[in-house]
Amino acid sequence: MTKIVRTTANILFPFTLIFGLYVIAHGHLTPGGGFQGGAIVASGCALLLVAYGSPWMFNCIKDTRLATFESLGAIGFITIAFLGLVFSAVFFGNFLTGSGSLFGTTPATGSTLSDFNTGGVLPLMNFAVGVKVIAGLFVIVLVMAYASSSKEWD
Amino acid sequence: MEKRMVTGILVFSLLAVFFFFSIFQLHPFGEPGQVQMDDYIITHTQNETGTNNGVTSVVFDYRGFDTLGEATILFSAVAGVLLIFRRVRH
Repeated sequence: MTKIVRTTANILFPFTLIFGLYVIAHGHLTPGGGFQGGAIVASGCALLLVAYGSPWMFNCIKDTRLATFESLGAIGFITIAFLGLVFSAVFFGNFLTGSGSLFGTTPATGSTLSDFNTGGVLPLMNFAVGVKVIAGLFVIVLVMAYASSSKEWD
Repeated sequence: MEKRMVTGILVFSLLAVFFFFSIFQLHPFGEPGQVQMDDYIITHTQNETGTNNGVTSVVFDYRGFDTLGEATILFSAVAGVLLIFRRVRH
């Protein structure tokens, strides 16, 4: 792409990244969550992909590494679900809430100011799903762009 | 060809009449019939899950199996795309 597109993508990419990570991190307080924030970050990466082309992107990060991250997110999600089975005897049980430890504060009932240190396992699950969606959506866009751009694809 | 067209028009108009009259049987907008589940989640989500965002508490806590299925769908989609667009290493 031209220099104009690349400069615009350079400027917009950090803000998209920060906004997506904010949506993931505050999934238990504000609208959004792992899926939505992951889609935002992945579309920011797709912006860079459009501006610089898929061969350049393949020099930065390999599709196999992204697939590994996607699997790691899925494994983390299921691991947290099974930890709920271990600690609270229910699959997907929220064993951290109200325990006073990490993310263990219980908020006051009613419309109150949001405390980041609440939610139990929900922020951890949001993080796992966020990693999974970022890597998953971006690797789909990346391999499709590479396959449609390269001539000797076999 | 004529016969197929006549049959198609007949079926289409029958369905159209059916849907048109079913519009009047719809539940009025903004008045849900069964509100027990909604009330329970709205009242108890802050005590039980400790989140201020009720939607996330439903998605990841009350209906965790749904999210597991969703994640499985994404995983299989990525696996399929990587399988089809796999490139030979040079």
